[in-house]
Amino acid sequence: MSQLGAGVALFVAVFLACAVEAVEATTIVLAAGTARDWRSAGWGVAAGLALLAAITAALGPAVTKLPLPALRLFVGALLLVFGLQWLRKAILRASGYKGLHDEDAIYRKQLAAAESAQARRLGMVPDAYAFTLSFKGVLLEGLEVVFIVLTFGGNARNVPLAALAAVVAVVAVALVGLAVRAPLARVPENTMKFVVGIMLTAFGTFWGAEGAGASWPGSDAALLVIAPAIALFCLGLVVLLRRNRSASEPPPARVPAEVS
Amino acid sequence: MLGKIKSFGEFAYDFVIGDDWVVAAGVVIALAITYGLAHAAKVSAWWLIPVVLVALLPISLWRAIRKH
Repeated sequence: MSQLGAGVALFVAVFLACAVEAVEATTIVLAAGTARDWRSAGWGVAAGLALLAAITAALGPAVTKLPLPALRLFVGALLLVFGLQWLRKAILRASGYKGLHDEDAIYRKQLAAAESAQARRLGMVPDAYAFTLSFKGVLLEGLEVVFIVLTFGGNARNVPLAALAAVVAVVAVALVGLAVRAPLARVPENTMKFVVGIMLTAFGTFWGAEGAGASWPGSDAALLVIAPAIALFCLGLVVLLRRNRSASEPPPARVPAEVS
Repeated sequence: MLGKIKSFGEFAYDFVIGDDWVVAAGVVIALAITYGLAHAAKVSAWWLIPVVLVALLPISLWRAIRKH
């Protein structure tokens, strides 16, 4: 694969993965701001981003200094586990065995919980609940963004490009969220998760095997075969599961309780 | 304190392992065998992980559907 091609693949993979996480974080922050207090929710976002920046600054240099085979083995294993979990959920949702992710329902649930909580001041923050809700949302979803940036960027020896892709994704999603002041329910989240799951699994397969000491035929170009092959296999599984699913069984309701 | 350690452990397990421990175990075993073949037998077993994936994903789906 050319250097440009590898760069584009890295950017797209990180952008999509981070956009999915950003949609989920935006839903939580919007609920905290709308139901409680925008200023406190904003402080929560700022505090969460500051902690994430500190974690990235602490771990980033360490990750890039690791020997490449060890890094690829470790990261390959994690990407494979993450990718397969994402694919598993996406296939179950696409085949109707699991309810589709519903940002509207999640938003309404968070909103109801936020509206019923008592107000309490926390130092210079007017509302501790809005602050904590935003902070936790940004931190937990952001940790996955940090992980994706460091692992993809570290492996490709191009952390700045991975970080740029993450920033573009997060800023784009946050701007859209703020502009519409509503959960981003129209984002095709299941499709995005499906694509990201394929990418995580493909990169995990490639880097994991290389890190373990195997050499791929065609070197980097093998990724161009691995990713489509995984996609075809997963689409085949969706078709198979759809057929096997009993015709009498109604599709499951959308699931507000599940955030991941 | 013990409660905080426990909840962190649960968070870490959920973050890394997720819903199905079989996937994580299968991945680790596949990588270990690939490593062993590459270093002990000098065999470049690049094909092993794809083969394991083809088995592992349907098994994990089957386990999820069985619960469903």
